[in-house]
Amino acid sequence: MADPVSLSDADVNATGSAVSLRGVTKVYDNGVVALGPLDLEVRRGEFVSLLGPSGCGKSTALRLIAGLNAPTSGTVAVSHRSGETTPRHSIGFVFQEPTLMPWASVRDNVRLPLKLGHMPTAESDTRIAGALAQVGLAEFADAFPRELSGGMKMRVSLARALVTDPDILLMDEPFAALDEITRFRLNNDLLKLWRDLRKTVIFVTHSVFESVYLSQRVIVMTARPGRIAAEFRIAATGPRGEEFRTSAEYAGYCRNVSHALTPLHQGHPLR
Amino acid sequence: MSALQTPPVSPRRADQALARVMRILAPIVVLALGIAIWSFVVRLNHIPPYVLPGPEAVFKTLIDDWQILFSSLLVTLWTTLEGFVAAAVGGIVLALLFNQSKWLEVSLFPYAVILQVTPVIAIAPLLLIYLPQQTAVIVCAWIVGFFPVLSNTTLGLKSVDRNLAGLFELYGASRLQTLRYLKLPAALPFILGGLRIAGGLSLIGAVVAEIAAGSAGAGSGLAYRIAESGYRLNIPRMFAALLLLSVAGIVIYGLLALVSHLILRRWHESALGKEN
Repeated sequence: MADPVSLSDADVNATGSAVSLRGVTKVYDNGVVALGPLDLEVRRGEFVSLLGPSGCGKSTALRLIAGLNAPTSGTVAVSHRSGETTPRHSIGFVFQEPTLMPWASVRDNVRLPLKLGHMPTAESDTRIAGALAQVGLAEFADAFPRELSGGMKMRVSLARALVTDPDILLMDEPFAALDEITRFRLNNDLLKLWRDLRKTVIFVTHSVFESVYLSQRVIVMTARPGRIAAEFRIAATGPRGEEFRTSAEYAGYCRNVSHALTPLHQGHPLR
Repeated sequence: MSALQTPPVSPRRADQALARVMRILAPIVVLALGIAIWSFVVRLNHIPPYVLPGPEAVFKTLIDDWQILFSSLLVTLWTTLEGFVAAAVGGIVLALLFNQSKWLEVSLFPYAVILQVTPVIAIAPLLLIYLPQQTAVIVCAWIVGFFPVLSNTTLGLKSVDRNLAGLFELYGASRLQTLRYLKLPAALPFILGGLRIAGGLSLIGAVVAEIAAGSAGAGSGLAYRIAESGYRLNIPRMFAALLLLSVAGIVIYGLLALVSHLILRRWHESALGKEN
């Protein structure tokens, strides 16, 4: 377990930064250089997407931020609320798979982070109900994961990440395995949650359309080792919805991002 | 044309009902057929009961000797139970220790394998020399039963979802919490599978040890009755005792399968119907 360096309150106020990577590289034990060097600054409350081809180290970057892996070199700094000694509970993680415990009900799956933090049952019950209501699954608390559809499982996974009320939400291609209709719905719900809760979201995806639709900033990464190839600010005004998805503005952004991505697939990484 | 309006019984449903009935009926028919042929062959060839008793003679012995046979059955079942509990506890505890320490696993696992691959029939006479007879019989039941529990539990503890393990790490779970809330539940289907095998094997271990001890003459279990009846050419009683052993084995397996089903039915694939 690698504890990311903590930013003090003074730093946070000065930079307003939630996550800060400096010169981060990751070399796996088998010698594969997966990442970097990577410099990344994510402001508080920002929605940032990491976009790139499979195997470009986007997931690795996310695991480094979560502290699940240690960087080979460089520093990973994650801000956390004053008064908390570890940054752990200020991070929520949503995996590509729902990653639910099949033997536990939806309620007990969402309870997991609280139970591991030794929160009393009575207190955690109210928070679980709140988190499930946020993702629209209030009536499914007693269901088992196998009884749910793929989209609902993903919502449970999201509720579990939200139940600790984290500052930062890390999402690793969460909707990649879902059908498009479900994915659109979850995209909209995620945007609404983000507007309401004002979390910092770092969203890994390989879909240009998804990244442009969701983010304030899209970061295009090169093939392995993953570096930043290009960066786009998506400055759409007003809340996004189906209107935005069909607008010329959206199409324009998608075109630009796709162009930045295209040479990567042809084996000429941008420098 | 009212005949057209009555919905016909769906052929699919009828097929399913038939399949259900056949599942019970077919083995019973085979059993009845087997007993009939057995009886027929014995009568037709006038085979004396000390060579091959007919099913009627076996059944009659089962009733006449019920007192002796039933008390012997209880002795064997009790030994089996003790061996099974020792195997279950020993296998699970050892697997948990292996899971906590790589070095312990590396140094001890080969010996668990040796214990497993050495035929218990060859170990039993040795054990009978060094241990009191009852203890030796239980140890035999334990030796054959514990390995499936150990290897299955070890496998189960290792097959935890990698991302779930990451999640536990992210939320700062202690070793004990990870074991209790993640590893043990994930390993449960494997452990139950191991126990199901161990139940039958414990019975085999107990029987083998009783047979090995039988010549010493102090035993009173079912296997001892078989050996004893063999010496006395009381073949119908051999068959009756054998029958009881088989039934005991089937009941043990059925009970363990039922327990496993009841524990897993809400979530595990193995316990779910096809329509899910």
